[in-house]
Amino acid sequence: MSETLEHVASRARTDAPPAILLDKVNKWFGALHVLRDVSLNVALGERVVICGPSGSGKSTTIRCINRLETHQEGRIVVNGIELSDDVKALDDIRREVGMVFQSFNLFPHLTILENCTLAPIWVRRMPKKQAEELAMEYLARVRIPEQAKKYPGQLSGGQQQRVAIARALCMKPKIMLFDEPTSALDPEMIKEVLDTMVSLAEDGMTMICVTHEMGFARTVADRVVFMDRGEIVEMGTPTQVFENPQTERLQLFLSQILRGH
Amino acid sequence: MSDITLDTAAAKVPKAAPRTPPASQIGLPAWLRANLFSSWINTAVTLVVAYFLVRWAIGFVEWGIVNAVWSVPDNQTQACRDLRGIGACWAVITEKHRFILFGTYPYEEHWRPALCVLLFVGLYIVSAMRRFWRKELALVWIGVLTLIGVLMWGGVAGLTYVPQERWGGLVITLILATFGLAFAFPLAIVVALGRRSSLPAIKALCVLYVELIRGVPLISLLFMASVMFPLFLPEGMNIDKLLRAQLAIILFAGAYLAEVVRGGLQSLSKGQYEAADALGLSYWQKTGFIILPQALRMVIPPLVNTFIGFFKDTSLVLIIGIFDLLTAGKTAIIEPAWQGFGIEVYLTVGAIYFVFCFAMSKYSQGLEAELNRHRAR
Repeated sequence: MSETLEHVASRARTDAPPAILLDKVNKWFGALHVLRDVSLNVALGERVVICGPSGSGKSTTIRCINRLETHQEGRIVVNGIELSDDVKALDDIRREVGMVFQSFNLFPHLTILENCTLAPIWVRRMPKKQAEELAMEYLARVRIPEQAKKYPGQLSGGQQQRVAIARALCMKPKIMLFDEPTSALDPEMIKEVLDTMVSLAEDGMTMICVTHEMGFARTVADRVVFMDRGEIVEMGTPTQVFENPQTERLQLFLSQILRGH
Repeated sequence: MSDITLDTAAAKVPKAAPRTPPASQIGLPAWLRANLFSSWINTAVTLVVAYFLVRWAIGFVEWGIVNAVWSVPDNQTQACRDLRGIGACWAVITEKHRFILFGTYPYEEHWRPALCVLLFVGLYIVSAMRRFWRKELALVWIGVLTLIGVLMWGGVAGLTYVPQERWGGLVITLILATFGLAFAFPLAIVVALGRRSSLPAIKALCVLYVELIRGVPLISLLFMASVMFPLFLPEGMNIDKLLRAQLAIILFAGAYLAEVVRGGLQSLSKGQYEAADALGLSYWQKTGFIILPQALRMVIPPLVNTFIGFFKDTSLVLIIGIFDLLTAGKTAIIEPAWQGFGIEVYLTVGAIYFVFCFAMSKYSQGLEAELNRHRAR
């Protein structure tokens, strides 16, 4: 399966304009330099996995892409739109970029269905009925249509994360960002979320995923990016990165990951 | 899928038939044993407390009902005076209830404030029902409050004009509390949001407002509204005293409620804001659909606490000479014939306050349970 994916992706890479462009992005939290000259090109349809030790700036990097964090130097272009202080441009970007969080962040006071239809109705100005049909379609896709009338608190962690994926998909985004989507889950629930993400990847969604799930990276990723201390240290196909690490830092990280599993 | 089921394991275990708990563990006897007579100390305490409760209740019934005087002819209060300490003189209420409820409002026009009180109560009941929580409710409020103003002032539609100085009693308390909280609550939400604004000017303004208003007692604010404020007005211009007091109460309640609302805003996790942002919701959509609904549910108990506090604090207007329920009650027993019957009057006034506050409290408990259903597992 990974062979065909590779094939599709490489074709997409050559034809399509870059979906995301990060050019020498720098960011500081106070005096702490958290992103150092991060440059990354993601083509339309490409699936990128970012890994690295905690505090390496992986989450910050993808949170800069939809401006949950602001970068202080460098350029970020998403879908042809440059991120700036322009509110209009930001709205356009957020409309096209879906995000899934480590802690799900579902709206606890709304039902599953309402969680999924809120943004399409108010941001996309979709009629309610159409939004509900769309939501049911995506809930069916993440295999929990029967939970639509429940509240998030009544669902298991894995189910909540799948709802969060469906909620993001309801906006019909061109790009999906995953910020450690399985880190807060019990082991037996990780698989159900990963399965959903794999099926999404097979449909050609442009994805950037921060994760420690190496199995997922191997099957799905076109490219694996290894970050450490705010910079991109190595980048390549999963085989290159995992089988043939060039730097000591990556070797150390991989050995720790393997020991942990 | 990965949901773990225990079917196979359960199949091997013999099924025990479900039983009800043992009879000694349920029902009234079990409850009594567990809560009142669990040890000899508890039993002793229960008996002593029960003895005093019963004695006090009997005494109250004797004083308040058995030996009470319910009416006297023509202000002849001698019968009451003979019973001082033995029986209540409810005759003072029979005689003065119209004054306590309506103050110095013209006697033959009392139906107007009475109708206003009913309108207020009706408005509360309608607003309390969730099925009426629609946009139209705001129009109902505007309509009813206008109607109340027309009824109280008169001067139109064949109603005689009654100047504000003659209004008094329960209706004043309800006006101050209802208008006060109806305006203070939206003000509070705006200020609470403003205090968390990223715009420094707005934030500073909101902080200044809250700290200034909170830093002075309500009484001094009322004095300022009553005495100082007119000095700043141009010659000949005069704002109604009640309106000035009303403004002072709105400003004061607004500052307190703003802090309560802000507490709710603080308690939401950053993730809720981020999720709303990531979906592309605008600031007002995020605030209206995600942040406020959750924040306000969280603070229902302290909100109602503040509401109840301000309902009773309206009685402070007595210091600037406005006749609210409590002042009317106090004034009712100034007449020599009725002097000395304070207990009966204050009990009655207290009971009226209690009914309103208890209703608020009970309602908020129900509302809290209903609105927080989503937290139940």
